[in-house]
Amino acid sequence: MNIKVLYFARIKESVNYSTEDIVLPAEVSTIKTLKSYLAKRGEVWADLFSGKQVVRAAINHDLVDDMMAINDGDEVAFFPPVTGG
Amino acid sequence: MTVRVQTEDFDLAAELAALRLATADIGAVVSFIGQVRDMNDGDAVNTLTLEHYPGMTERSLAAIAQEAKARWDIISSVIIHRVGTLKPLDQIVFVAVASAHRGEAFKACEFIMDYLKNQAPFWKKESTPDGERWVEAKSSDEAAQTRWKQS
Repeated sequence: MNIKVLYFARIKESVNYSTEDIVLPAEVSTIKTLKSYLAKRGEVWADLFSGKQVVRAAINHDLVDDMMAINDGDEVAFFPPVTGG
Repeated sequence: MTVRVQTEDFDLAAELAALRLATADIGAVVSFIGQVRDMNDGDAVNTLTLEHYPGMTERSLAAIAQEAKARWDIISSVIIHRVGTLKPLDQIVFVAVASAHRGEAFKACEFIMDYLKNQAPFWKKESTPDGERWVEAKSSDEAAQTRWKQS
């Protein structure tokens, strides 16, 4: 499964990526499992994605919770709690 | 329903006039302006930079405006949110709601702001004399949204 992943704000600065294309292994099928998968990339990633910090997710521009399924071609975004207005 | 995300400033009087004069069944207009403060958490703020998620932002704001229209008997609404680097006293956000009577417009305007604060993908970064820092989300903003939850 191929997906596009976007990072915003503090998370973008921490991982030093704004966007990347990822080919997911079969066991990664939800936001929760994608976070666990990213957490294995190294210290910075583990710090963000192992559950210590609040990281919100969106799929195809809709806010979703951790149990939401990811499908081929999806645009997934990770960001901190929003602070607009 | 109008939604705009832009770097440039907006003309408050012109926006209100356009909303107010659209149709003669409008009897009330309620509006809110958010602007940049020169202090936050005890520190001077020189500039405020707003980042957003293009595409999702517009979709999120349109969904909030739609939800307000579904809940209250309003005629139209405008949401304008600026992005980029702003300085103290600059306008950040404008929300205005038009309805036949004031009660619906007051409620819908507050609802839109409370949801925008918690749902719309904007992030603020402050520049202070000690350097730059990301603004933390406030639990009071989440509480403000929760009170609108329908059982």
